[in-house]
Amino acid sequence: MGLFQIILPYLLAGVSVGGQYALMAIGYSMVYGILRLINFAHGDVFMVSGLIMVYMAQALPLYLSIPAVILLTVLLGFAVERAAYKPLRSAPRMSVMVSAIAVSYLLQNLALYITGGLNKNYPAIPWVSDSITVLGATTKRVTIITPFLMLALVAGLVVLIRHTKIGMAMRTVAKDFETSQLMGIKLDRVISFTFAIGSFLAATGSMLYFSNYPGVIPTAGGMPGLKAFVAAVFGGIGSIPGAVLGGLIIGVCESIIKGMDTVLVHLGLIRSPLELATFSDAFTFVLLIIILVFKPTGLFGEKTTDKV
Amino acid sequence: MLKIEDLRVNYGGIEAVKGVSLEVPEKEIVTLIGANGAGKSTTLRAVAGLVKPASGHIRFDGKDITGLPAHVVVSLGITMVPEGRRVFPDLTVLENLKAGAYLRKDNIKDDIQWVYDLFPRLKDRSWQAAGTLSGGEQQMLAVGRALMSRPKLMMMDEPSLGLAPLVVKGIFAIIREINRQGVTILLIEQNANMALHTAHTAYVLETGRLIMQGVGKDLLKDEAVKKAYLG
Repeated sequence: MGLFQIILPYLLAGVSVGGQYALMAIGYSMVYGILRLINFAHGDVFMVSGLIMVYMAQALPLYLSIPAVILLTVLLGFAVERAAYKPLRSAPRMSVMVSAIAVSYLLQNLALYITGGLNKNYPAIPWVSDSITVLGATTKRVTIITPFLMLALVAGLVVLIRHTKIGMAMRTVAKDFETSQLMGIKLDRVISFTFAIGSFLAATGSMLYFSNYPGVIPTAGGMPGLKAFVAAVFGGIGSIPGAVLGGLIIGVCESIIKGMDTVLVHLGLIRSPLELATFSDAFTFVLLIIILVFKPTGLFGEKTTDKV
Repeated sequence: MLKIEDLRVNYGGIEAVKGVSLEVPEKEIVTLIGANGAGKSTTLRAVAGLVKPASGHIRFDGKDITGLPAHVVVSLGITMVPEGRRVFPDLTVLENLKAGAYLRKDNIKDDIQWVYDLFPRLKDRSWQAAGTLSGGEQQMLAVGRALMSRPKLMMMDEPSLGLAPLVVKGIFAIIREINRQGVTILLIEQNANMALHTAHTAYVLETGRLIMQGVGKDLLKDEAVKKAYLG
């Protein structure tokens, strides 16, 4: 077996999980862009979306439960914003952040109460969850679908933001609340819409993500949530292309670290595995520290416009 | 057209406006002059719906608009050119103009042309990001953007701030032109000289209270005004 055959499954998995991080990272990034708020509840909305799917799939056929999950997740994101962030619109940013952390714990505990903390098996989505072989690597079809679906959604989002009226309003509100109001733009509507989009992407990401895992537990949103947040910071929080690139880079790096042992053994550089896979999570957070120290604005962080 | 009665506004724990009453007749240019911190901006912000008055009434065309949110005030035909221009720097010039017409559902092509006729410089730069314009061009854009809502009343907060004298002259010429075309204007300025030359009616505000009012050109000759604001 060649080196390529060994690395390929890790690469595929990396691009796939990176695409899932990217879908979530956009939610962090857009909300930050508008409210300057790190929405700590985003990872838990992602987890709740997974649980909704678990329960929906028991009651409804998939062609109904999938749209229902998306709709309910969007409503959840909307409700979180209305209940926990909107009343604090003129409060200091720190208060809103504390409120976000509270929502995060609330959702986790609610999930704990409902599920009893047990692992809930995620339904297999036919076709999507099927195994396929790509260039000799065996993987689930969802691995291949994820990056393409993600890019299609991002393209749609970019068109929305660049070329529609609500997209223009999102861009003006992100820059200047007060002047946007003077244009007649209703802040609350734009903010709600932003949360709705973020939740929609989180719902899609959650279906792709949990299809690869055996089940959902109440803390299942924590790790992917944190990693997507790091991806957003890495790419430059507020920037959508940044969130996508950040997500993909983190996903691929993590996955390659997981495969490093196999590769090193294959190359004959080490005799026995070094258990490097244990460090794949640590990598992400070391990356966060490095970014914050050396380039806090990230890859595509807000640039200042120069006069010409 | 606009009638403010005994307006009081608290701002950051202090009473910034302490019972101001003034009137802006249709088709006129009215100016409100006064030193920094006199409460000029706060008065405009209260009319625009950006701050809630503590008491008093604001009437527009006979309708009580006190405390209405900003987007409703805009829809009634009042627009404001904010202090420091506040164009949207990442949006193009054209997008800034479209943002000004946000509430309109009719065709805005003619009005974009109207703004371009008033400010030919903006037409040349319509695809440029607004953040790359010069200060004077940004002020033109801020005025053009405000006009895109087809206002009956345009309020302007310190349009001359930070601009070269020649540019200021140009801006005031445009203000008169816009007024000639039927838009009523309420202007606040620290540049009292320019404002009094332009305005039909002028009010002088000092620490939240009106201390004087009259015809703009008369105030120019007033000794007290001369001493305090014209140097």
